Amino acid sequence: MKENKNININVHYLTRVEGHGDIRVNVKDGVLEKCELAIVESPRFFEGFLRGRSIFEASHITSRICGICACGHTLSSIQAAEDALGITPSKQTILLRKLLLDMEILDSHILHIYLLVAPDLFGVKSFVPLLETHNKVVRRALRMKKTCNDVCDILVGRHVHPISCIVGGFTKLPKEKDLQMMHDLLNSMRIDMDATLELAKSLKFPEFERETEYVALVSDDNEYPLLMGDIGSSDGVRMNKKDYKKITNEFCVPHSTAKFTKLSRDSYAVGALARINLNFNKLHKKAKEAANYLNIKPKITNPYLNTVAQIIECVHCLEHAIEIVEYFQNNGINYSEEIVIGINEKNVIPVKAGNGVGAVEVPRGILFHNYEIDDNGKIINANCIIPTAQNVNNIEHDMKKLVPEIIDKSEQEITLLLEMLVRAYDPCISCSAHFLNVEFVNK
Amino acid sequence: MYKPKVAFFDFACCEGCQLQVANLGEELIDLLGSIDVVEFREVMSEKWDKDYDIAIIEGSITDDHSEKRIKKIREKSKILIAYGACACIGGVNGMKNNFDLEEIRKYVYGNSYQFYPTNKTKAVHQVVKVDYFVNGCPVYPHEFIEVLKCVLLGIPYVVPDKSVCVECKFNENVCMYEKGVTCLGPITRAGCNSWCINNGNICYGCRGMVSNPAKNAMIDVLKNYNVPLDFVMKKMEMYNKCMEKDNEGK
Repeated sequence: MKENKNININVHYLTRVEGHGDIRVNVKDGVLEKCELAIVESPRFFEGFLRGRSIFEASHITSRICGICACGHTLSSIQAAEDALGITPSKQTILLRKLLLDMEILDSHILHIYLLVAPDLFGVKSFVPLLETHNKVVRRALRMKKTCNDVCDILVGRHVHPISCIVGGFTKLPKEKDLQMMHDLLNSMRIDMDATLELAKSLKFPEFERETEYVALVSDDNEYPLLMGDIGSSDGVRMNKKDYKKITNEFCVPHSTAKFTKLSRDSYAVGALARINLNFNKLHKKAKEAANYLNIKPKITNPYLNTVAQIIECVHCLEHAIEIVEYFQNNGINYSEEIVIGINEKNVIPVKAGNGVGAVEVPRGILFHNYEIDDNGKIINANCIIPTAQNVNNIEHDMKKLVPEIIDKSEQEITLLLEMLVRAYDPCISCSAHFLNVEFVNK
Repeated sequence: MYKPKVAFFDFACCEGCQLQVANLGEELIDLLGSIDVVEFREVMSEKWDKDYDIAIIEGSITDDHSEKRIKKIREKSKILIAYGACACIGGVNGMKNNFDLEEIRKYVYGNSYQFYPTNKTKAVHQVVKVDYFVNGCPVYPHEFIEVLKCVLLGIPYVVPDKSVCVECKFNENVCMYEKGVTCLGPITRAGCNSWCINNGNICYGCRGMVSNPAKNAMIDVLKNYNVPLDFVMKKMEMYNKCMEKDNEGK
């Protein structure tokens, strides 16, 4: 390390991430003085204004926390609401929700891999210049994304803020021809998925290792757990979702107003990498083959490879989704389960006071929703802990290890490597429901 | 051919409406053939420091910093489009206005609440002049393309001023009131092709109210079906709370 080196990096409004965040690094005389990811998103106070609303409205409102993971918020919110009300969803409902979650993860990962990360790896500023140089790649990305959207349109009305997926089940169930259309769409995506793997094989990711604790849903059955399960960690922790606060352990850092999370060590990571590290053996056969093709074998401790973990999950979600659709094509759909929205107005679902938790694996990691309701089904307290909030502390620890390792590079190169690191986590900063700002001494 | 310089900006929102642009799929490439997107932070790193022909604004204005920022954007833009419910009518962010601001800050941020200044949520037109509106939560992609065509041709776009019921009837949906459920379709602006009701849900009023709602007819409907007025008012607040400001003094 150059002892006299001074670096001052200030990336204002980091681009190609969801929401507003700044990276600030300060190296003085070769010593790292400051290294932070600051969240500058305007808070929106979702948890505050949910109070007084009906529990049956919660999923509609909290879907609006994030446009990218709208279906994820919807599913976690519904799970928390049903837990509070004491409703057990039917097998068919659970399966359709799993299909929706597959599409959500697939859609978001495609957006991240192709439009947000790939430009860095091709050395350009966005996907727009790629239209000239890699037209086929961009077209493939947009086509895959559109396919996910089209399937969601059929399944829940639309992807951004799903319509028919609510507490108790679905207000509209796919008809036979809808199942056929979904199958055709998903099946046609397999070619593009193969091409995606080929592309992934050719990409070079920065080298960097930092082992951390990985947290994700775990289960005792053989299915890769995304919608349901206990909370587990690579350090051997296992807890019921009701105890989520013992997992996140939100705490304040001295001299800072940031609320960080940690479990068994300084920080923990959630997301695709954490999931494949914990549940690799439960991935779909084809996803395991894909991992093999890309030389990925857990445990992976290079955070830049989160993008590769996402590609492996894409294969899993596509194949799993096709299996669900085929199951319904073979076994039919029970249309008597279709429910009417607002049934609570008619008291079809008995309402009682309660407290419920939802814990769902959304694209960026585990998402918690928690509601406390009164006898009339009105929300008294609400809490959401989003994946990115859990990752920020871990990203900062990565940055603190990374900067001294690359300090001999130019400021421009260091900046890019830091931006790429943050982007690798696919941070979703506008999920600001519970997001706390990061203030530092040297600011 | 000169391609107008277009920039996307986001304020307090979920960025889902911007995402609707990426969701156009390969059609997006056709769209990019007629405009020159110079700033779009969610998917681009490029920055532009000159004036904009068209600024597309997502999100509502919720603090002093945003108020200054939107005024600066307005000064630099020939045409300004409010894009999505948060920008057009305040949207779900408006529910915050039901609470004492200090109380809600303390509730969400505890002891650190003083680091989270916030004002009452405002729609974009409540701060600067807006030339075009693309309503909805999220926006309806077909309508967005229509509005953009109008902007490029230099002609006004008129947001349909009939109720969602008109489109809902064309779609042959059974009226939600017939199913025993309260729906805001009768007083909400059309243009979404009754998207939610087509999928078995109700209208939540995300496109804002028609300019001259059939108030008496709505009251009759509510009476017929025994729905208390405050129940409907609460439903309306989900998206339309901010619009109270426009009605002040009327």
